[in-house]
Amino acid sequence: MIFRLNPSSGVPLYLQLMEQIRHGIETGALKAGDQLPTIRGLAEELVMNPNTVVRAYRELEHEGVIELRHGSGAYVSESVAGRARVTRKAQNIVQSAIERLADLGLTGDEIRRLFDNEIAQLRAGTASGGKDE
Amino acid sequence: MNELVIETHELRKSFKGQPALAGLNLQVPAGSIFGFLGRNGAGKTTTIKTLIGLLRPDSGDARVFGLMPGDSSAGILIRRRIGYVAEDKELYPYMTVAQIIRFTRGFFPRWRDDLEQRYLKMFELPLNRKIPDLSKGTRSKLVLLLAICRGADLLILDEPSDGLDPVSVRDMLRELVALAGSEAITIFFSSHQLEEVEQIADSVCIIDRGAAVVAGSLDDMKTQYQRLRVVFGEQLPAGIRWGEGADYVRQEGRTVEILATHNVEDILNQARSVPGASVERFPVTLKDIFLETVRSN
Repeated sequence: MIFRLNPSSGVPLYLQLMEQIRHGIETGALKAGDQLPTIRGLAEELVMNPNTVVRAYRELEHEGVIELRHGSGAYVSESVAGRARVTRKAQNIVQSAIERLADLGLTGDEIRRLFDNEIAQLRAGTASGGKDE
Repeated sequence: MNELVIETHELRKSFKGQPALAGLNLQVPAGSIFGFLGRNGAGKTTTIKTLIGLLRPDSGDARVFGLMPGDSSAGILIRRRIGYVAEDKELYPYMTVAQIIRFTRGFFPRWRDDLEQRYLKMFELPLNRKIPDLSKGTRSKLVLLLAICRGADLLILDEPSDGLDPVSVRDMLRELVALAGSEAITIFFSSHQLEEVEQIADSVCIIDRGAAVVAGSLDDMKTQYQRLRVVFGEQLPAGIRWGEGADYVRQEGRTVEILATHNVEDILNQARSVPGASVERFPVTLKDIFLETVRSN
């Protein structure tokens, strides 16, 4: 699994790393039980701060995506298999939605903004119980 | 991680009536790679010289490993535990590379032969060449080797990548990361290269006119800060107040750009409540933060 991080994108590096590990699991590049690189090894390979790798691994552990075993490293959780199935299902839904939006003549950026807005609305709705525009 | 290796409180220093440090507060956690940023003349080198006891502050205090560097006996203890690379990277001109390494090693009982061998090979340093005949980049690498191999607990590097080519910069950054991962070491470095700071630092401080304008965890900053662009359909509603968190606001015609440091959702909702306004949000890079905070200060 090759990770590619962009320090200047504005997205925190630990979130980028978490996202790529999740993505690796969703696509099947990382499977339940697979061992992840060591903290030091990954920090050197990607030329990033070891504390940042620790933070990403800890958060993923907290989410149940990986397990940290004392002294022996990080492993992809056995429980991710079910999640991968849900993701594949979701992928089909998103794909058909995007195809229909593209048929209406919307560009990728427009579609992305619509998605972002809806997600923001959803969040605002759950946070305050109401919304208006 | 909560222990502080460097801590300053209201540090002030003037040269001929010109303030170089104007109440600097700095907190560097143990084990961090800490990026120290600011424009030329912002007070970075004065800060560093105060930390290693080369300058005495007019007021306020600085502590390194809990000790006061201005105190002569404490200063010696501190300097023994610090590897320092000065901005000018000056070295005794009459020695060869091998001689300066042997010479420096004599002062440091904790000298790391393993690291010396590693860096000699990696940096491809010419052992028998005299120091004046070295290129700027090679000299930078040699100075870095001398600082690291003394077995320091704290590295203070004043623009360590200055003069290095891109490959050497990457090698150096990788080495700093490796050191941070394998040794219990804290790395404090100043730089104008925001990309390299963004790549390896976990904490940063931006100073301007001798005081910190932004400080903290880089990832937390990127999570909390957002850049918002609001375009109003007609003219800007009179008397709009963006409220808390909208710390840096600029306006051009019907467009308002906001760098929000916190409270982003409230600011967004406020913008969306104006009829006809379109709102976009962008992630914030270190460059955005630097330019915005240093400009408007």
